[in-house]
Amino acid sequence: MQLDNLYQEVILDHYKNPQHKGLAAHFDAQVHHINPSCGDEITLNLTLAGDVVTSVSWDGVGCSISQASVSILTDLVIGKSLEDVEKISQSFMELMQSKGSIAGDEKLLEDAVALAGVSQYPARIKCALLGWMAFKDASVQAQAKGK
Amino acid sequence: MSLPKISTAEIIADFPIFTRKIRDGKRLVYLDSGATSQKPQCVIDAESNFYRTHNAAVHRGAHQLAEEATDAYEGARAIVARFLHAEIDEIVFTKSATESLNLVAYAIGNADSANRFHIKAGDEIVVTEMEHHANLIPWQQLASRTGATLKWFEVTPEGRLELSQLDRVITERTKIVALTHQSNVLGTINPLTQITQRAHKVGAVVVLDACQSVPHMPVDVRTLDVDFLAFSGHKAVGPTGIGILWGKSQLLNELPPFLTGGSMIENVTMTNATWAKAPKKFEAGVPNMAQAVGLGAALNYLDNIGMSSIFDHEQELTRYGLQALSEINDLKIVGPSSPVDRGGTLSFTVGDIHPHDLGQFLDAQGIAVRTGHHCAWPLTRKLGVPATTRASFYLYNTTEDIDALVAGIRAAQKYF
Repeated sequence: MQLDNLYQEVILDHYKNPQHKGLAAHFDAQVHHINPSCGDEITLNLTLAGDVVTSVSWDGVGCSISQASVSILTDLVIGKSLEDVEKISQSFMELMQSKGSIAGDEKLLEDAVALAGVSQYPARIKCALLGWMAFKDASVQAQAKGK
Repeated sequence: MSLPKISTAEIIADFPIFTRKIRDGKRLVYLDSGATSQKPQCVIDAESNFYRTHNAAVHRGAHQLAEEATDAYEGARAIVARFLHAEIDEIVFTKSATESLNLVAYAIGNADSANRFHIKAGDEIVVTEMEHHANLIPWQQLASRTGATLKWFEVTPEGRLELSQLDRVITERTKIVALTHQSNVLGTINPLTQITQRAHKVGAVVVLDACQSVPHMPVDVRTLDVDFLAFSGHKAVGPTGIGILWGKSQLLNELPPFLTGGSMIENVTMTNATWAKAPKKFEAGVPNMAQAVGLGAALNYLDNIGMSSIFDHEQELTRYGLQALSEINDLKIVGPSSPVDRGGTLSFTVGDIHPHDLGQFLDAQGIAVRTGHHCAWPLTRKLGVPATTRASFYLYNTTEDIDALVAGIRAAQKYF
């Protein structure tokens, strides 16, 4: 079934067992993002040490794609420098805009390649990007605060 | 006397889209008519024939095509008037119901202190918690521009209007009461008499959002006792890009214009202008002519089948759908659980399955539903559901469509 391309096991696993869900008490930046077309919401807390991501925590409501995507993101970015995160993020954007033409760089994106199927469902791309946009916003705010 | 039953087989044959296949060869089960309806061949033909044979700018030009285009456009206005049991001059063509509602809100905002519609700080505008954003935000904004206060009827957990405080919500200060005839989320058909009587007693005008009622039930503006009514063509088997504003003659004549420009004037100098009579006063610019003609064909099509028969058919589907859905574990209907005073719009949640995921799963079976907050965010917030799945019925739907929906939901419960 074509639907299985979209809902890969990895995605449903992250959806059922979300990583780093539950907001940390301390943070450098907190953002709240909404997907106005469907009502999905996410709050994301970020802490940096210099330019290294030391903590990302989140809470939110939304579909399996949006929830799994942010869960995957947290696994990917914690412990990495913002420079490395930017590379990952760019590669993920490229994957989302690929309309199914690329499989994604598994070494760089790890579990996030499971979201490749999303790129064939235009209405769902914004679901997958909700957490990534929130992270980007939070990292800009946290950096501004650090300066 | 019982009404003739409609023949869904014949109706389906009128809609070419039902011959196509969805997602690798599946039958199209279209349960999203609350968002937009499908179009019969006669509407598609009427719109394209206008371009093919009569296209010219209406109300201008001294040539035969302009004459034919004007006849076709004004003929459509007459059809709309007949459909609503209104006078021809009471029908204003807009581009959408959203524009119709904004037209009333902005025109009222343009009324000076000598005008009966003038609104100012201290006045009140009343809406309901179940409004579509299109019948909430224009009033919210009018209130914020004028300093008027926005008030609203709350919604009960069962999805009905809380009318026990009627006299406290609509007061001597109320100038406008804007509400929906039938909720696009809950399916609730609102009782109007109590509200219109109270509104008129205090001198307020009643604006009715009829987007979910005019396409589905007989509507007679002479007995509704509202002052303005809006609906969109595309939800009534008509084209997109055409909406209707109906208003009582006297009120349309007193209401200032919203959009200004060509066609809507009586006389113009470099420093001043006077207005044409309604409805032209509200139709600035070259209108959506082919779409108006298409809407005329659409309403004739519905009229030939009979609005009472269409309403009965949808009532039958609603009863069947409510029963079938109630048998699914963990499924919760959001809105009235009984078919009384409710139309064929069924919103629901299914356990922890997010509506987006359910909608995607159903789509893979060829079943089209709507998911999300349905442009009624304050309502879904009030009811404590961030999003719902919505199945909405129309004249071409059958009990087989509902069976397919039920089977699809059960399969999704196994999948997620």
